[in-house]
Amino acid sequence: MRSDTFGITVENISVTYSNAHLALYNASCYVQPGTITGLVGPNGGGKSTLFKTIMGFISPNQGRVHIDGLSIKMAQKRQLMAYVPQADDVDWNFPVSVGDVVMMGRYGYMNMLRIPGREDRKQVAESLDRVGMADFRHRQIGELSGGQKKRAFLARAMAQNSRVILLDEPFTGVDVKTEKRIVNLLLQLRDEGHTILVSTHDLASISTFCDRTVLLNRTVLAEGQTADTFTDENLSMTFGGMPLKGLSSHASTLSSPVKPSYE
Amino acid sequence: MNSPMAQLPLLDPMVQWLLEPLQAGFMVKALWVSAFVGTVCAVLSCYITLKGWSLMGDAVSHAVVPGVVVAYALGLPFALGAFVFGFGATVIIGYVKSQTRLKEDAVIGVIFTGFFAFGLVLATKIPSNVDLFHILFGNVLGISPSDIIQTLIAGTTTLVVILLRRKDLLLFCFDPNHAKAIGLNTQLMYYTLLSVLALTIVTALQTAGIVLVVAMLVTPGATAYLLTDRFDHMLAISVATSVVSCILGTYLSYHLDMPTGGTIVVLMTILFAVAMIFAPKYGILSQKLNRHLPGAETRST
Repeated sequence: MRSDTFGITVENISVTYSNAHLALYNASCYVQPGTITGLVGPNGGGKSTLFKTIMGFISPNQGRVHIDGLSIKMAQKRQLMAYVPQADDVDWNFPVSVGDVVMMGRYGYMNMLRIPGREDRKQVAESLDRVGMADFRHRQIGELSGGQKKRAFLARAMAQNSRVILLDEPFTGVDVKTEKRIVNLLLQLRDEGHTILVSTHDLASISTFCDRTVLLNRTVLAEGQTADTFTDENLSMTFGGMPLKGLSSHASTLSSPVKPSYE
Repeated sequence: MNSPMAQLPLLDPMVQWLLEPLQAGFMVKALWVSAFVGTVCAVLSCYITLKGWSLMGDAVSHAVVPGVVVAYALGLPFALGAFVFGFGATVIIGYVKSQTRLKEDAVIGVIFTGFFAFGLVLATKIPSNVDLFHILFGNVLGISPSDIIQTLIAGTTTLVVILLRRKDLLLFCFDPNHAKAIGLNTQLMYYTLLSVLALTIVTALQTAGIVLVVAMLVTPGATAYLLTDRFDHMLAISVATSVVSCILGTYLSYHLDMPTGGTIVVLMTILFAVAMIFAPKYGILSQKLNRHLPGAETRST
């Protein structure tokens, strides 16, 4: 098997919304398998659009996406992709418990009636344990703190056991301690071979855990190893004249704390 | 023969209040039909309130009118005409929304009133024995055997579909993106939910009428939503409040000579108001107490 068929391949994606807003233009990038890749750009720069395109929630006007060499539809059917939504996209008043939510990660493995079997229950229990949410499994999801909410949905992605995990702005509204905890879990998942794509506008955290970075503003402006990508030039091109000097030099002088595990 | 009560002259008036109407055949029918309709509507109302489709329910209920008129004129079952037009309206709403820059509520408003008005015009121009008043406000006391059969078929189909797809439908209401991400056909689920919505409205047409059916489709679920954080409990509470309202409402309408559909909906609304004020966690009272006096519940008891 050729290794370049694995990971996420984005080819020439353009997306125009029905209000004629051009959200993405000829965006191409490659997310290497077994890495944590950060998707970085200003708000309104098309991060969410690219995310939704990769997940198959919207169909692009042009271009293709492949997940481990498969079409999005096939990848979905084979449970290759898990998605951790933004906090804003979840109805926290919905009458479901943490356990219910994590069990939803297993639906794709169940028969039509979605009756959980032993393996499903085991995976749910393990995932809840790993994110430290086992004691909260009967809680209604609205009764959780910001960090616990994130961990509950991360547990769902883990229970789904998919090779690719996408996280949409996972650090908004969580404290530093929780952020560390989530980053730690992501590093563990990466070392187990998962491919992880994280969208964020929080530049400071990128260099602490992302092996690779994709800079996005309407199109992909740069991609590669985080240390190489985070240059003054690239960042000012992406964010357009924002005072980022301090941040980028901080990033490039960091001895990368993450060891890329791909070959 | 049919009055064992005659031998018990001192029978509790309450019991008599309950038993006396049962001597009329039409009341027995009306009671169990309305209880059945109440159950079907209550189950679906949990999904409709969680999905935020109350306005869609209103739209479908009004859009069935021309279908009923046409069906009667052609000698077809009313349920068939109602379903075709009700479901058709939702498809048209979806199409218009995707092709114009209008927001969904505007599209819904335009389409369903258009269908409804068309139905009114048709009803006066097409010679048929459709009683418009019965379509609008229901007539469970005078329900015909063939209408009962159609009600039962539509209602049972709804219940079976929801029973088989309940987890997927709930996931679709909660997180359609995740449903898509795990390879479920969300388009199919969207139309499944719309079809059972149309079917439920067909079920409730004879009991509540199209004007009040939206109450039966929303209020029980809304009441239950205020009372619990668990979906299975929500279903149970919704069905319970709905069936109680339907049976009690039918009795009251008999004894007090009031319209059945209206009485049922008034009772449902009263139960909703009680839940809204007194619900243990999400009621207005407890929210006020919790906000202003932390620990008030423990101290006051």
